Amino acid sequence: MRITQGQFSFLPDLTDEQIAKQVQYAIEKGWAVNIEFTDDPHPRNSYWEMWGLPMFDIKDAAAVVSELQACRKVYSGRYYIRISAFDATHGWESLRMSFIVDRPAEEPGFDLERQEVDGRNIRYTTRPYATNKPSGQRYS
Amino acid sequence: MSVTAEQNENAAANETIDLRRDYEESGVGEVLDQLDRELIGLKPVKTRLCEIAALLLVERARKRLGLVNEAPTLHMSFTGNPGTGKTTVAMRMANILHRLGYVRRGQLVSVTRDDLVGQYIGHTAPKTKEVLKKAMGGVLFIDEAYYLYRPENERDYGQESIEILLQVMENQREDLVVILAGYSDRMDKFFTANPGFRSRIAHHIDFPDYSDGELLQIADKMLDHQNYYLSPEAKVALADYIEKRRQQPHFSNARSIRNALDRARLRQANRLFAHTGGALTANQLSEITAEDILASRVFKVAAESQNQ
Repeated sequence: MRITQGQFSFLPDLTDEQIAKQVQYAIEKGWAVNIEFTDDPHPRNSYWEMWGLPMFDIKDAAAVVSELQACRKVYSGRYYIRISAFDATHGWESLRMSFIVDRPAEEPGFDLERQEVDGRNIRYTTRPYATNKPSGQRYS
Repeated sequence: MSVTAEQNENAAANETIDLRRDYEESGVGEVLDQLDRELIGLKPVKTRLCEIAALLLVERARKRLGLVNEAPTLHMSFTGNPGTGKTTVAMRMANILHRLGYVRRGQLVSVTRDDLVGQYIGHTAPKTKEVLKKAMGGVLFIDEAYYLYRPENERDYGQESIEILLQVMENQREDLVVILAGYSDRMDKFFTANPGFRSRIAHHIDFPDYSDGELLQIADKMLDHQNYYLSPEAKVALADYIEKRRQQPHFSNARSIRNALDRARLRQANRLFAHTGGALTANQLSEITAEDILASRVFKVAAESQNQ
């Protein structure tokens, strides 16, 4: 099951050229661009690992794309990688963009657990199948 | 046969017109003219810049016609004696290359060894990469580049920095331009020790020493910027000064002239205090006279050496 999180997630995967254009947009807005990765795609897992530091004072998207290539070299095919852009201006102080740029070759999807409680009530829990295995071995 | 040949010819003819229009539209001529006006002398540098500008315009035309085009390597090395304008030209280079459309953003990141080389193991690579990231889309200017390589210390981290630089210079040619600058003799030594660097740099530009006449023009220009001017006698004195200063050790072209002028301004200020009472006109405040220049130590030293 294809994970859809953040922007553009219902579109086909972005090409490097398209990624560079999005990143350049963020840079021109003055946002700090981050590269993050994780192997736990649960929607409530909002804090992913960071690849390096946020990139504040770059002028060109080529810098981000080359960092992304370096990150892919290590994690491509086994982890999700996303790019996010943080707006530090007063009043915002939050992410303005976030989109997935790389995903594992196979995505097993989520397990939906129904727990019967209090008579006929049901509680629902979703759990990625991938998290059955310990971190680092989930998609290999 | 004749139809297609004619069409080709027509296309080619249109393209020549385009090239000229390109030249006018890109504002390159303006940039080069400005350079010519503001920088005195430096013939080889200006020639090379014109060549680069022409090449880039032709490359652009070729691209439009679908001919094979590979991004030309524009990494440069500026060598020359002290005070010959290496840093000044490098500062303008970013602007020029941006106007020519070769670099996308046109920022100039000016660094020295300190900014690239770390202090302990594992510190150098992130530091160098950080600088390279900042320079992407613009020009990275490494002043006194020969300090990067210290042969006397085999554990020096400079080598690591050089390796990263070389890799990026090769693989991301269209993303940034690297300019190295330094004194001729030491840069020669640096390139001999790092042959990879020499071959990855397409343009080795040597900055010649200025002639006496050029230095005088430069002095005029510098003073003009600061709203000073030389009296006619002072001009003669300065010409004499330049000739004498050149014979003495540690002569560093335009930089020596700048220092001499700074000292002349000090003496002028002192003279105004000592000799003039009461109101001063703007004219008096901005005139540098012969005595301000003739008081220089250079003349004494020259006279002494002649007596001996």
